[in-house]
Amino acid sequence: MNKLIKLTKYRLFLPITCLLLVLLINVIKTPTFFNITINNGVLYGYIIDVINRGSELVVFAVGMTIVVAASAGTDISVGAVSALAGAVCCYVLSGGEQSTDFYHAPYIVGVLAAILTGMVCGAWNGFLVAKLKIQPMVATLILFTAGRGMAQLITDGQMIYLRVEHFKMLGASIPGVPLPTPVFVAIIVVIITMLLLKKTALGLYIESVGVNAKAARLLGLNSTMIQFLTYTFCGIMSGIAGLIITSRVYSIDANNAGLNLELDAILAVALGGNSLGGGKFSLIGSVIGAYTIQALTTTLYAMSISADQIPVYKAIVVVIIVTLQSPEFARMRKNITAKFSNKQNMKEAA
Amino acid sequence: MDNSVVLTMRNINKNFPGVTALADVDFTLRFGEIHALMGENGAGKSTLIKVLTGVEEFETGEIRMQGIEHPIVNKSPQMAQEIGISTVYQEVNLCPNLSVAENLYVGREPKKAGIIDWKTMNKKSRKILEKLNINIDVTRSLDHYSIAIQQMIAIARAVDMSARVLILDEPTSSLDEHEVEKLFDLMRQLKKNGVGIIFVTHYLEQVYEVCDRITVLRNGALVGEYEVEMLPRVQLVAKMMGKDFDDLAAIKKEDSSVQKDKKGVIIEAKDLGHTGTIKPFDLLLHRGKVVGLTGLLGSGRSELARVIYGADKADHGELHVKGNKLLVGAPIDAMKAGMGYLPENRKEEGIIADLSVRENIILALQAKRGMFKLLGKKEQEDFAEKYIDLLQIKTSGTSIPVKQLSGGNQQKVILARWLLTEPEFLILDEPTRGIDIGTKTEIQKLVLKLAGRGMSVMFISSEIEEMIRTCSRMIVLRDGKKIGELEENELSQSGIMKAIAGGTENE
Repeated sequence: MNKLIKLTKYRLFLPITCLLLVLLINVIKTPTFFNITINNGVLYGYIIDVINRGSELVVFAVGMTIVVAASAGTDISVGAVSALAGAVCCYVLSGGEQSTDFYHAPYIVGVLAAILTGMVCGAWNGFLVAKLKIQPMVATLILFTAGRGMAQLITDGQMIYLRVEHFKMLGASIPGVPLPTPVFVAIIVVIITMLLLKKTALGLYIESVGVNAKAARLLGLNSTMIQFLTYTFCGIMSGIAGLIITSRVYSIDANNAGLNLELDAILAVALGGNSLGGGKFSLIGSVIGAYTIQALTTTLYAMSISADQIPVYKAIVVVIIVTLQSPEFARMRKNITAKFSNKQNMKEAA
Repeated sequence: MDNSVVLTMRNINKNFPGVTALADVDFTLRFGEIHALMGENGAGKSTLIKVLTGVEEFETGEIRMQGIEHPIVNKSPQMAQEIGISTVYQEVNLCPNLSVAENLYVGREPKKAGIIDWKTMNKKSRKILEKLNINIDVTRSLDHYSIAIQQMIAIARAVDMSARVLILDEPTSSLDEHEVEKLFDLMRQLKKNGVGIIFVTHYLEQVYEVCDRITVLRNGALVGEYEVEMLPRVQLVAKMMGKDFDDLAAIKKEDSSVQKDKKGVIIEAKDLGHTGTIKPFDLLLHRGKVVGLTGLLGSGRSELARVIYGADKADHGELHVKGNKLLVGAPIDAMKAGMGYLPENRKEEGIIADLSVRENIILALQAKRGMFKLLGKKEQEDFAEKYIDLLQIKTSGTSIPVKQLSGGNQQKVILARWLLTEPEFLILDEPTRGIDIGTKTEIQKLVLKLAGRGMSVMFISSEIEEMIRTCSRMIVLRDGKKIGELEENELSQSGIMKAIAGGTENE
């Protein structure tokens, strides 16, 4: 019993429980959920689908987590920035043609262009938030609205198709590798970010600035610079996510690429047990949150609920999960466990 | 329940992880008395108040109030307020951008047809304040007034909400003497009206000036309840500390030679200033000396320190450190030149509340080393342990959030943070504010010890006695301007008072 109580105090207990809960529903509702089949050397199945489809969200959530931690605000432009980055990438690779079956520029140039676009957008957000002290929501609203418009300008209002097998690999899979490529991208992003946060003092700096920017400045940290960096980093993440999104459909649709993903990303951060008020954070929590959301979406598809009804069900589950994690609920839970252990103690005493 | 008693707390128990915060504590408050709650840091004063007002839950025990049949358990400060227990904290918990009247009535505005009736609200507000002898314009925004007035408004609000029990938690910490006197008048008047007042303070003089009874706590346990006349100061201190009072007079500075020359100068300010806070000033600070900054609140004593450290960027004059000109763009530049700065406002500018004790201690050193030279886990742990030991910080571990420590221990954590960076020049702005006598003495001793080892210390305190004990030279400020310096032989309470008030004008 005591071990169980101790376990509930572990920081990631709730996020993990939520993820398991969603998976449990799956097992009951869709017994085939955990079935994995091999087709042409590539793994298929609902669970693989969750991990695969959740990759963009994981990448977004990583960027969002540190933005939230450092500035107690959210970057709502990430979806639009990913569309813009995708548009730039496609434009560069297609040489401006609407549909092409060969690269007009080396692939790596397209990739770097997308990441650079994301970085510039992030730096712009960072400048507004950290230097000009504009509220994050308002500052990032600018690119939230303008981002897709800029993408349309670049693509001339058309979809750009890149019918090159090589281009599809990032969003699908590389021949001979059993797992979809986005999974690896997500893993690499998470690992690099973790190393950056834990092997340098950056993680500590971000938390300090997030908890008390004034005190952080007085003890020698450059709060402005740290916030600026987190937004820039978040922009780079949007660029990477934009690459995966465009590769999946080997085209750029500026209107729909990454649509509403900024909200899922914020939700992933919250589901991961992170406070949207900034400060201490858990990157792994956000990653779990991201997969929880994706598992939920895939579940609903598996239960053959139509796409336009899905948000309703999603909302219901989110309400439940967020309630479970609310401080008020935690207090009630604590009371109950306290009573329980009191009773036990009394029993033992007797 | 005796008719003269308004509140009783019996056998209150409360535990925090690893610490017993309250063990079988009793407390009794009578109508129309001012009752001091005394104890060192971590004695359980704050916890007792929090338990009473519903900020924290208690485990066992009973709280009763006159006129209420059953024992009460407050779940929130609102619930406590509803049954007549109001609290006014050291930091004023009002909205500075609202008018005085709005602050008095926020949440319970008088309404006419669903719309706030401003006229009635202002009129009523004026009446409330008049009753308490506070004559101010109630339509002006709260931040227009001094902290003292704001605090009185907070008290007026509390009292008007039919408080029978009024808790004043360190209300005098940010007030000057004149303001304290006014606050005491208000307290005496409330006492006459039958309000029971619980007064939490660290100032002994104040206890003996206004209080009727004293309840002393130590290490979470009740030491006893005493009538003020029956308990001489020395005994009170002994009871609080549980040992004989370490006579501060015993600490004495050895070397008193006046150093006007440039030998051993570590900091030199030439015409340094920051528009709007401190007028340009010249200053020489020497190795191994403790220099005090004195003046009334708002005289510019903190601002002078801030401009040297770069907390406010100087827009006038030059700063030289060990003979070399230093451009301070941000605090990190000052730190790299060997400075450290313990800010006046511990909560807002000092601690990083959610981070652990360990992280709070190593942060400044880490900032100085830079992002890519992360201190190892082991190293961090060793540093934290060393300073917890050295400064006797009371904590149940290095990894608990610093916000769970008592105020004095938080202050020691910040001190540890700076000592770890091994500064050559350390600014201490009100390091002993809101701290019990035991810790105060420790910090004063530490300051002298550090100076003895060659550190240059700038010491700011509103307690003149404390300054006289620790400083070998004093800079006097008035209205944002340095107006003079006092050398060792001129350092007496009356001498300083005269200087502050404008007796000596040696510019």
